[in-house]
Amino acid sequence: MYVAVKGGEAAILATHDLVAEERRGDVSVPELSVAQIREQMQLAVARVMNEGSLYDEDLSALALKQAQGDMIEAAFLMRAYRTTLPRFGSSVPLDTSNMAIRRRISATYKDLPGGQVLGPTYDYTHRLFDFALMASGEAPEAQTSADRLDAAMPRVPDILGDEGLMEAELPPEGDPRPFDLTRDPIEFPADRDVRLQTLARGDEGFLLGLAYSVQRGFGGNHPFAGEIRLGEVAVEFVPEELGFAVDLGDITLTECQMVNQFQGSKDQPPQFTRGYGLSFGHAERKAMSMAILDRSLKAREFGEAADYPAQQEEFVLYHADNVEASGFVEHLKLPHYVDFQGELELLRKIRREQEERAATMKEAAE
Amino acid sequence: MKTADAHLSRPFWMGVLARASSSEVAALLGPLPPYEMIKRPETGTVMVEGRAGGGGRRFNVGEATMTRCVVRLPDGTMGFSYALGRDRKKAEQAAVIDALLQGNGEEKGALLRHIDRLANDQKERRELASRKAAATKVNFFTLVRGDG
Repeated sequence: MYVAVKGGEAAILATHDLVAEERRGDVSVPELSVAQIREQMQLAVARVMNEGSLYDEDLSALALKQAQGDMIEAAFLMRAYRTTLPRFGSSVPLDTSNMAIRRRISATYKDLPGGQVLGPTYDYTHRLFDFALMASGEAPEAQTSADRLDAAMPRVPDILGDEGLMEAELPPEGDPRPFDLTRDPIEFPADRDVRLQTLARGDEGFLLGLAYSVQRGFGGNHPFAGEIRLGEVAVEFVPEELGFAVDLGDITLTECQMVNQFQGSKDQPPQFTRGYGLSFGHAERKAMSMAILDRSLKAREFGEAADYPAQQEEFVLYHADNVEASGFVEHLKLPHYVDFQGELELLRKIRREQEERAATMKEAAE
Repeated sequence: MKTADAHLSRPFWMGVLARASSSEVAALLGPLPPYEMIKRPETGTVMVEGRAGGGGRRFNVGEATMTRCVVRLPDGTMGFSYALGRDRKKAEQAAVIDALLQGNGEEKGALLRHIDRLANDQKERRELASRKAAATKVNFFTLVRGDG
């Protein structure tokens, strides 16, 4: 039961002022600019764009500033802002084979066309503090090679696909428009497009934990990182009024192709199977986790027993969204006075009845 | 006058303008010529689609902000602009430039040269990023051990 209770306006206004002051922190320390966050906290910015499901680096940086670095609160701000905007349409599907690559590695082939390009990564750092960063230093400068990277950088599953050793990945007949969970409710069993969209905006921590569970044996897959690539891809859009594709500019993407163990059938000799991950910005852990879960969620299609959480699409898809999850968990903070009074009354009644029964039995015994 | 390169087609210059910064676009035009606003600069979103595995079934990755604008010159030429982001001022200027580039006005040659220069700058930035990445490319070598 809900009962409207008035009051608390002054307290709420005061808390807005207080949180603004807390957010600013010590005023003798210079205030962070949104541009500083955008340029120097790029990985946080990417995470908020993914979980907020909106690519806009400035807004993501603003969200992080406004939320004092709380990623989920920042994602919530992005989601809320998105609902105020009209949607002009859908892009032409991205062509990640045409990426301006800045990093590209494969754990399955040492020598592959285009080579292993480490790019900007923390993978080979020693995880020791760099105390020099506590002082403001000079602008560091990267090394430059005389030549640019090879123009041809084939996607690793395509190399295996050419040999017929990889599960084919073709558009279904008619290349249908994808399902959009921002417009329609999810239904089960969920198709691949539904799963991929949900995973793409899902919480990195939740996806990571589930992907880890798959690797530890709660999912029965053995993935190889076939390829991870990072770089810029053009977004194309066909405005109705023009009728030709217009280039809207570039977005940064991380793509992960996981290679998993074999499946075959009567008509199909055994092949490697695929898992796919795609994220906004530089978000490798997210893209890898997504790719592992994309594969584990194919259990139904491959006739595998879905014994583990990471294989159960209802479990994964209903709990991956951190904005929804925090909404439901955190709503417990809101007043539940009347509900609680009801429970309290009930408990008192049960105890009263129990005491009365005990007293009656005692009398009867005497 | 040097004739414009064949690659300076409309989709080409629209892409160059979409990638250019606000100040770069503003620098292309002196005072704006007269024009009529058909669709004010408006920010919305585009749903970005990907393909499973890179080439398979389409799926929605997430939205991106974009801004569009439509203008008309006194001679009736319509100019359009579409770009990622929320820059309304750039959207309006880019739409005017798109209209001017479709006509044969005196400013067209200079504008095309500017577009060409911007395209070159953008290409150079991509090349530099690629050369920095190339410096991190692994060169494997094999250690031969024993008498073989």
